[in-house]
Amino acid sequence: MSPVSLPRILYTTFALAVLFIGYWLISIKSSEIDWSPEEIKVLSTLSLDSIETLPKSHSNTVADNPAAAEFGWLLFFDERLSHNGKISCATCHVPELKFTDGLKTAAGAQAGLRNTNTLIGVAYSPWQFWDGRKDSLWSQALSPLENELEHAGTRVQYVHIISSDENYKKKYQQLFDSLPNFSNSARFPESAGPINNKNLNQAWQNMTSEDKDLVTSVFVNIGKVIEAYERLLLPGRSRFDDYVQGVIENDPEKLNALSKDEARGLKLFIGKAQCINCHNGPLLTNNEFHNTGILSPVRQLPSVGRVEGVDKVLNDPFNCLGQYSDADKKQCADLRFAKSGDELIGAHKVPTLRNVVETAPYMYAGQLETLKEVIEHYNSAPLAMIGHNESKSLELSNKEMRQLELFLFSLSSPLATDSKWLKNPHLAREKL
Amino acid sequence: MKLANIIVLLLVSLTVFANSNIEATKVSNNQLFKVSYISKADPIKINKIHSWMIHLEDMNGNDIEDAKITIDGGMPAHNHGLPTQPQITENLGEGRYLLEGMKFHMLGYWTVTVSISHGNLSDEVTFELNF
Repeated sequence: MSPVSLPRILYTTFALAVLFIGYWLISIKSSEIDWSPEEIKVLSTLSLDSIETLPKSHSNTVADNPAAAEFGWLLFFDERLSHNGKISCATCHVPELKFTDGLKTAAGAQAGLRNTNTLIGVAYSPWQFWDGRKDSLWSQALSPLENELEHAGTRVQYVHIISSDENYKKKYQQLFDSLPNFSNSARFPESAGPINNKNLNQAWQNMTSEDKDLVTSVFVNIGKVIEAYERLLLPGRSRFDDYVQGVIENDPEKLNALSKDEARGLKLFIGKAQCINCHNGPLLTNNEFHNTGILSPVRQLPSVGRVEGVDKVLNDPFNCLGQYSDADKKQCADLRFAKSGDELIGAHKVPTLRNVVETAPYMYAGQLETLKEVIEHYNSAPLAMIGHNESKSLELSNKEMRQLELFLFSLSSPLATDSKWLKNPHLAREKL
Repeated sequence: MKLANIIVLLLVSLTVFANSNIEATKVSNNQLFKVSYISKADPIKINKIHSWMIHLEDMNGNDIEDAKITIDGGMPAHNHGLPTQPQITENLGEGRYLLEGMKFHMLGYWTVTVSISHGNLSDEVTFELNF
């Protein structure tokens, strides 16, 4: 290196440093993004600052009972509630994965058919499952417990577990008065339930209707305490919420919560990209059902979704109007006025986007592995295999698609739930 | 907080909460009925099921009782209907009817069409709402 070139190198380095710092300053200064009063109004509707208190679960009198939540926490993580003693709710709803499992479709007793939904903020939804075939969390929780692909156990087996565990028995009696005596094995076999397994189903059919009802009442209460636990799983404040507060208050520090590209992605989210049509409100979902032209999984027919789900929920003995519900008819408005019809062919429930980067893969059978693929799908809006795709192509540039994706990262945050509830209570007890 | 910020905040809250959607009165398409609605939810929030009260009268201001009323609606821009099937569940007398199961699940422009049949007269009226 010749001595004369040294100052030039220093000069160049300095100039580059100035340029770099300048670019960095500009790029982080997202307050440069202009928001119209109309846009600010829309942003405020998405912030957690505008979230309502959790709606009451009218069909479940113990839904907000702390003792029920404690009991539900134990049951949620209890692997004995399965055909082989190895599967709990937390097997698929893994707290560390924001209550999903990272798989395309769930893996319980057998390979499942549907992608595992997160449980974050799920208590705000009037409908559960991708097709909304359940209208409460307690009713939802009962279904996997007896599904041969999931827990694959039976309700009679489960009531025996509650009766034989002194701690559970005590907790049950504190919440629901008396626990029936299930010790007569002639009346209450080891395992039985209205399930596909021929022998266990026959054992169930052999029971008297009074005994079946005793069992089902306790089984229902298992669901009701699990709901009480799940109602605690609420979204936490994210960088996005700080940014919206920054926009509303014109606070430069809070505006730094999003980078310029993320803020541009947000602008697309509520504008050109039209995400907000369905992903609205503080949970970034309208909890309704839409056909967005998602292709069926390889070698499978497309799922008809809500059009069938609505018939199932209307005929479900565990729905809001059923004999096991604690609600008055008036309190079951979502069920009583549920819509059915061809418009719902191929429609599936809109998921929350809170913590969405942590809950891949996406769509009802995990058909899309990354958010990039999801955004590309909505950008092209292909024809639906059945029904019609409600979304239209967006004509986003590659840069815009990237900005949208970057914005979605700002929706992550730890849950607004005491960390105690995110741990397996049975492991914690063993360690003590 | 600066005064300017407080003003912005106030304006934003006003636009969010000021809601012209909660009631309206219109004459039906063929000028047979005067139809009013008032929402029991104020303001109407998206994604929240709620009830309306419908009031019917003839063009001379007489209440119309025992009419048959059906509801349809949707977002013309998106070519989809309401997310629910609202129904009249109670005749409250004096031309008033309880409409349950109203819900809007997107921001934007909505229409709600009230179809009325009374005796041998039938007519409809379309209300427009913006969220």
